[in-house]
Amino acid sequence: MTDFLMPKLGADMTQGRLIEWFKKPGERIVRGEVIAVVETDKANVDVESWVAGTLQKILVAPGGDWLPVGTPLAVIEPEAGAAAEAPPSFAAPPVAAAPKPAPPVVTPAVPAGPGAPVPAPPIPEPVSAPVAPGERVPVSPIARKRAAALGLDAATIRGTGPGGRITLDDVERASRERPAPVAPAVAAPAADKRQRMRDAIAAAMARSKREIPHYYLGTTIDLSKALAWLAEANAKLPVAERLLAGVLLIKAAALALREVPELNGFWIDGRAQRSEAIHAGVAISLRGGGLVAPAIHGADKLALPELMQRVTDLVARARAGSLKSSEMTDPTITITSLGERGVEAVYGVIYPPQLALVGFGKVVERPWAVDGAVGVRPVVTATLSGDHRATDGHRGALYLDALDRLLQAPDKL
Amino acid sequence: MTNEEIKAKVIGILASVVPELEPAELAADKSLRDQLDIDSVDFLNFVVGLSKTFGIEIAETDYRHLYTLDACVAYLAAHATA
Amino acid sequence: MSKITYREAIRAAMREAMRADPRVFLMGEDVGRYGGAFAVSLGLLDEFGPERIRDTPLSESGFLGAGIGAALGGMRPIVEIMTVNFSLLALDQLVNHAATLRHMSGGQFSVPMVVRMASGGGRGMAAQHSHSFEGWYAHVPGIKVLTPATVADAKGLLLAALEEPDPVVVLEHATLYPVEGDDTPDAPMEIGLAAVRRPGARVSLVTYGGSLPKTLKAADELAKEGVDAEVVDLRTLRPLDMDTVVGSIAKTHRAVVVDEMWKTGSFAGEVMARIMELAFDELDAPVVRVCSREVPMPYAKHLEEAALPQVGQIVAAAKGLL
Repeated sequence: MTDFLMPKLGADMTQGRLIEWFKKPGERIVRGEVIAVVETDKANVDVESWVAGTLQKILVAPGGDWLPVGTPLAVIEPEAGAAAEAPPSFAAPPVAAAPKPAPPVVTPAVPAGPGAPVPAPPIPEPVSAPVAPGERVPVSPIARKRAAALGLDAATIRGTGPGGRITLDDVERASRERPAPVAPAVAAPAADKRQRMRDAIAAAMARSKREIPHYYLGTTIDLSKALAWLAEANAKLPVAERLLAGVLLIKAAALALREVPELNGFWIDGRAQRSEAIHAGVAISLRGGGLVAPAIHGADKLALPELMQRVTDLVARARAGSLKSSEMTDPTITITSLGERGVEAVYGVIYPPQLALVGFGKVVERPWAVDGAVGVRPVVTATLSGDHRATDGHRGALYLDALDRLLQAPDKL
Repeated sequence: MTNEEIKAKVIGILASVVPELEPAELAADKSLRDQLDIDSVDFLNFVVGLSKTFGIEIAETDYRHLYTLDACVAYLAAHATA
Repeated sequence: MSKITYREAIRAAMREAMRADPRVFLMGEDVGRYGGAFAVSLGLLDEFGPERIRDTPLSESGFLGAGIGAALGGMRPIVEIMTVNFSLLALDQLVNHAATLRHMSGGQFSVPMVVRMASGGGRGMAAQHSHSFEGWYAHVPGIKVLTPATVADAKGLLLAALEEPDPVVVLEHATLYPVEGDDTPDAPMEIGLAAVRRPGARVSLVTYGGSLPKTLKAADELAKEGVDAEVVDLRTLRPLDMDTVVGSIAKTHRAVVVDEMWKTGSFAGEVMARIMELAFDELDAPVVRVCSREVPMPYAKHLEEAALPQVGQIVAAAKGLL
């Protein structure tokens, strides 16, 4: 038996509201399938299940209150032999230890028909207990010791170690997330949508500037080859298949990470944890204020037409408010472009717990010295904000250098 | 197609890209980008919509003729008659 | 500073000891005119003559017994045995005599003898020349067991062995002989201290001798995948410095022990048992080990590689703990 919890869809999320279930009790769930829609401060998100099995019981009916991250929403009976697996991203492992003072309001999933006996309210499961009573929970020795020191019941913590073992990291995480969400969870529901988006951004950005010692680098890149190549390629394509310059920049930014992988990943528990996969979080501003930066998975491996199509799709869905949970939690780096609004450079604030942010300004024509002569070239200012705990300016400089080099060979992107 | 008809269609396409569009507040001679806060992806979607609705191929080099409502109407009136 | 090899570092230690102390001499199979099976004593016959660089018959029990006699008689013998496999012929002399005489004589006699031997696989020398038995010697109280893994240790630990009043076995992993290094010490090192060869925070890789280079390579591979591994080189197996091992695990909470013995009864098993005794409450994952496959060492290169611990196995074992 596994609880399906209110997911944490980004470093800034403390609460969410269940909007819709796509599954009824008794229905099968395939691993990775979207089973519910959750409203966050930023968007409505399609939430995927990382457990295959059968939906056994719905604990929270759609349209109810705002609930803290980690609140059990439903109970899933995992398929025989299939242990509950952690989500693929370590940006936001399932969060345990929901605040005990705020148990979820349990509502019957199906309204009783007239004359039907009023069903007794289901007995709430113990808050976020990840295993059935009586089942032995593997807890590492040091995790057991640390949990005792913190006054935590190890059995209520969700294990993410091999075989579901509760590790030291799990205990520390549970301890960090134990008391904090209570106050905002009570205060926020009254605020309107825009205010909640502002609050979420405020929390994430304040955390970033409080915790992350940023360093900033910038370089001006000659885009004449890239834009000439693009114009030539687009001239042969119908409107709907044309590529935007921004797609070239995203691809180059992703490819350059292969050369400097130290910038790709997360800062977790006092260490940099590199990610092998490159999931580019593309900053998309929403009309009326606010922004989201959902992931383009494996951006370095996508051919330009496919990447273009993903960008268009992502922008449309971000604005329509239908992003997937994996898109919200997976970005390993953020790429932002404020050039369209006319500024020449953007020195971004890193989205925790990511390690870096790449920014592109406006493409402008400037006098440019080439081979001893001055010509007019289209150039762009690329910037890098790096977490100085994880990398030094030298690595960052190598990254921007690689980016420049990649953009000089647009046909290879 | 009259210029008024063209204009009505262009506004319809704009509204599909920018759902909160208020046609009455749109100044016909001012930059669409500045008024509607649209980005390059939105603009591309707008051009795709024009291309489909009016049945014409619009070269990338012609995008600059599409920056205001008036300019769009003039461009489409010249190219879409065929 | 010029680079020297592991082989030359051992030769330098023997030369310095023989120049400084007339009681020191070397004997073993082919150590004189041939220069040693692994060319460790090359040139020493010319400098010190046949009295002090003595070729022996093919009789390990005989010449190791002669070494014990010489030590009892006030000399400081260095006995070279070609491989640890052949040393089994002299096991009685080492275990029943050299290791026990101080105890059995009530402290009246001691055996200040250094026994050097090549060990380990990876050279296509098949099952009678390639095994690892260091754990067997480390089992025996009364002898010290040194497993130098670096050029500096090859010299510094051998100089230290020559100052010991009791028998010392030095295991030289034969793949290390051509390894180059600099910074060799002029003075004996202290016996019984492990060393952190690479600091790290997520997992401790504990090893010694010929497995150190592979383990360091594994740590490099792990770093590329974002896993920060610490490498601990035990350096001496008896006495065993568990303080350094426990200190490392207190930081990383995870350990992989790597050695080239067969898994059953390997020295890695002893290290794991000590970790359980001393650091259970620090562990965040089970302790695991990477050892040789339980087969006599194959001759064919690809089979030998498959039998020995390899970098990929160490990497996989470490990642399995995270």
